[in-house]
Amino acid sequence: MKNWRNLLALLLAFGLIAAACGSDSSTDSASESDASSEDSSSDDSSSDDEAMEDDDAMEDEDGDAMADDEPAGDAITIDYWLWDGNQQPFYEQCAADFTAANPNIEVVVSQFGWGDYWDGLTAAFATRTAPDVFTDHLARYPEFVESGVLVPLNDFVEADGVDVTNYFPGLAELWTSPEGERYGLPKDWDTIALVVNDDMAAAAGSPDLSNLTWNPEDGGTFGEAVKAMTVDGNGVRGNEDGFDASTMGDDSAVYGFGLEGNFGAFGQTTFSAFAASNGWTAVDGVWADEANYADPALAETIQWFADWIAAGFITPIADVQELGGTTLFQTGKAAMQTNGSWMISTLSGDATEVPVSYAPTPVGPAGARASMFNGLADSITASAEDPAAAWEWVKYMASPACQEVVGGGAVVFPAIPSATKIAQDAHAANGVDVSAFTTHVDDNTTFLFPITDSASAIEAIVGPAMESVLRGDATAADILPGIAEQVNAELAG
Amino acid sequence: MAATTSERPKGAKLNLYGGWRAAWPFLLPSFLGFLFFFLIPSVRGIYLSFTDWNLIANDGDWVGMENYDRMVDDPLFWNAVKVTAYYVTLNIVTQTILAIMIAVAMDRLTKSSVVRSVIMLPYLIPNVVVALIFVWLLNSNLGIIADLFSFFGIDSNYFAGPDAVIPTIAGINTWRHMGYTALLIFAGLQTIPKSLYEAAALDGASELQMMRNITVPLLRPVLALVLVITVIGSFQVFDTVQVATGGFGGRPGGPGDSSRVIYVYIYELAFGRNELGRSSAIAVALLVFLMFVTFFQLKILRANESDLA
Repeated sequence: MKNWRNLLALLLAFGLIAAACGSDSSTDSASESDASSEDSSSDDSSSDDEAMEDDDAMEDEDGDAMADDEPAGDAITIDYWLWDGNQQPFYEQCAADFTAANPNIEVVVSQFGWGDYWDGLTAAFATRTAPDVFTDHLARYPEFVESGVLVPLNDFVEADGVDVTNYFPGLAELWTSPEGERYGLPKDWDTIALVVNDDMAAAAGSPDLSNLTWNPEDGGTFGEAVKAMTVDGNGVRGNEDGFDASTMGDDSAVYGFGLEGNFGAFGQTTFSAFAASNGWTAVDGVWADEANYADPALAETIQWFADWIAAGFITPIADVQELGGTTLFQTGKAAMQTNGSWMISTLSGDATEVPVSYAPTPVGPAGARASMFNGLADSITASAEDPAAAWEWVKYMASPACQEVVGGGAVVFPAIPSATKIAQDAHAANGVDVSAFTTHVDDNTTFLFPITDSASAIEAIVGPAMESVLRGDATAADILPGIAEQVNAELAG
Repeated sequence: MAATTSERPKGAKLNLYGGWRAAWPFLLPSFLGFLFFFLIPSVRGIYLSFTDWNLIANDGDWVGMENYDRMVDDPLFWNAVKVTAYYVTLNIVTQTILAIMIAVAMDRLTKSSVVRSVIMLPYLIPNVVVALIFVWLLNSNLGIIADLFSFFGIDSNYFAGPDAVIPTIAGINTWRHMGYTALLIFAGLQTIPKSLYEAAALDGASELQMMRNITVPLLRPVLALVLVITVIGSFQVFDTVQVATGGFGGRPGGPGDSSRVIYVYIYELAFGRNELGRSSAIAVALLVFLMFVTFFQLKILRANESDLA
C-alpha cells in the first residue's frame, strides 16, 4: 500500500510542476523588465554617456508617461515582423535610421513568407511570443481586434498630434473599428493592373491595351486581346479559324490570359477588378454583417472566367495550382495577367527575362474600371514589452522619413503622397511606367478591401466553390446562392 | 541472478518492494514523457473541445456540447471523414500487400543486411522532404515521373487534380512506409519454423500454396499488430497533404476540398480560423474513433493468440 501512496505523491508533485510551468507566462512580463534593467546596468557601462544623452532627448521629445517608467539608459529591443522580402532591406534601413535617432531602442526585423506569416503569428499569440510590432493586413486585423491582442493607438495619436489626413484619403479610416478605435498607422497602398508580356503583345499585332473594355457576354475588347494573344499547339491564334483548344496542353501553346492564383473569396488580384467593374461589391461597407455572394453580377463574372478557361484562352486552374500564376506568366505560358502593384519590382526586375509593361484594368459594364484599394499598416500587439517604444517605431514607419526610404526602393506605394511620388520617380528612373496602377487613385476608381471579422471562415467557404466553377464541375449561378447563405450565416453568427 | 533469488531467506515481500525501487529510475523518463506529452495535452484537448477557445486571445468559455453539435452538422467535417477513409483504404491495402511481398522476398531470397537496410531507406526521409520532392517530380509540366507516366499514356494533374490527389498521396506514403512495414512483417516471418516449408515442399506444395496455407495464417498475430500501427498512422496523415497540396500555387487540402483530410481540417480550424474548440472536438472524435478501430482490429484478428502454439 505504501508504494501507491508514494506514487500518488509523485503524481501530485508533477501536477504542481506542471501548474508552475503553466503560470510562468503571467509573471514573465514583470520579471523580465527587472532582468533587462539589471542587464543594461552591468553590460552597457561603456556607453554610459550616450545613454545619459538619449535619456534627456527622450524627455525633451515626448515626456510620455510610459517612457518615463523606464530606468535611465535601458536598452529596448523591438521585435518587428513583415512578410514581403522585397521590402525587408528598406525597413532595415528605416530601423537603422530609427536607432540612430533613438539609440536606446533597437529594432529587430524578421521576415516570413505570406503563408507562414499568419500561421506563425497565430501560434506566436497563443504562446505569448508575438512580436511587439507587425505588418498587419486588412483581411486579418478584425479577428485580432476581436481577440483583444492589438493596442488601440488613439491615445498615442492624440498625444503626439499625428495628423492622419497626411495619408491618401481613406487609408487611415480602414484601420478604425466601428467603435472608433484605431489599430494601425498606414504604411502603403496597392491597386491592380493588367500585366502584359510585350513580346507576345507585339506578336499579336500590338493591340491597343490602354483603354480596354470588358463584359461578361463576349469579353469586350479585352476579350479580343486575350484571343489574339492566345496561340494553340499548332501555332494558330485564338482569333483565327482553326484554333484548336485541345492542343493547349502542348509546350508551345500560350494562353492569352493567366489567373494570378486561386480565386479565393475576395479575388484581390484575380476576379475582383472584373466583378467590381460589373457592378459587384463584396460587402456593403466596412465591418458589414452581410456579403453579396448571391449577386448575379458576381456569378456572371466567375462564369465568364470558367467558360474562357474551357475555351482554351485562360490558364486552367490546375496549372495555376501546380506552378503559381505568376510563374506561368514569367515563363511565357500566359501573355497577360492581373497583379498587384507590390509585384512591380518582381515582374519588372532584372531577374525576369520577360519584357513587361502595365495596362489599366478594363472598363466594365458598370461604366468604369475598378481596382481593389488595399492598404497595409503597422499594429502594436498587446503583449508588446514597451508600448511607448513600439509606438515610436510605428510612428516613425508612418512618417515621411521612413516612407520616403521605402518609396525610394520602388517596391510599394507608400501611404504618404510625397513618398508615393518618390516611388513613382524611382520606377520611372528604372524605365517602368506605373501609371496603370496610379490611375485608379487619380480617377477615384478604387473600391475598398472588404473588411469583415470572419475573413478566414469566408475564405474557407467560398474558395473551394470558386475552384469547382473554374474547373467546370459546377456553374457559378448554381453554386453561389448556396455559398452566399453560408457566408451570411457565418457573418451573422 | 536466479540463484540469488532462490537463496533469499523468507523476505519475499521485501523483494517485491525492492523491485519497484529498481524499476522507478527506468520507468521515470518514459512516464514523464507520457505525462507531459500525452496525458496532460490529451486531457486539456478534451477540455478545450467543450469551450469556444480563441487561440489568439488564449481564452474561451465553456459551451458544453456545441462544438460536437456543429461538427455533426458540418458538411466539411463529413467530407474530411470521407476523404480520409478513402485515403486510408488505398494506403493500407497497397502498403500491406506490397510489404508482405517484400518481406517474403527478403525472407526467401536474401540474407544480405545491405539489401534489408536499403529497403528501409524511404522511411528515413522526413515526410516534408518527401512531399517537397514529389511536388517537383509529379508536376504535370516539369516533373520527371509525370513525364515518364505520360510516355506510357498516363496523364494527370496529380496534386492539382481533384480525383488524382488522394491516390497520389496514398501512393507516395505507400512507397515511403512499405519498407518499414515489410521489416516488421519480416521479423514475424522469422518466427515461422522453416521445417514447415520443408515439409510442404516435400509434399509438392507450390509457393502460392505455401503462402496461403503457412505464411499468412502463422503471420496473423504480427499482421494484426502491424495493421493497428499502420491504420492509426494512416488516419493521421497530415504533413504530406499540407506540404504537397500547398505546392506552388495551391492551397493545403486542395484542390477544392478533395484532399482536406481530418488532420488538415483540424489544423485549418485551429490555426487558420482560430476555432480551437471546434478543432479539438474533431480531434477528440478521431481519438475515440481510432480507439474503437484498434479494439475491433485486435478482436477480429485475434492478435493475442497464435496458431503456432
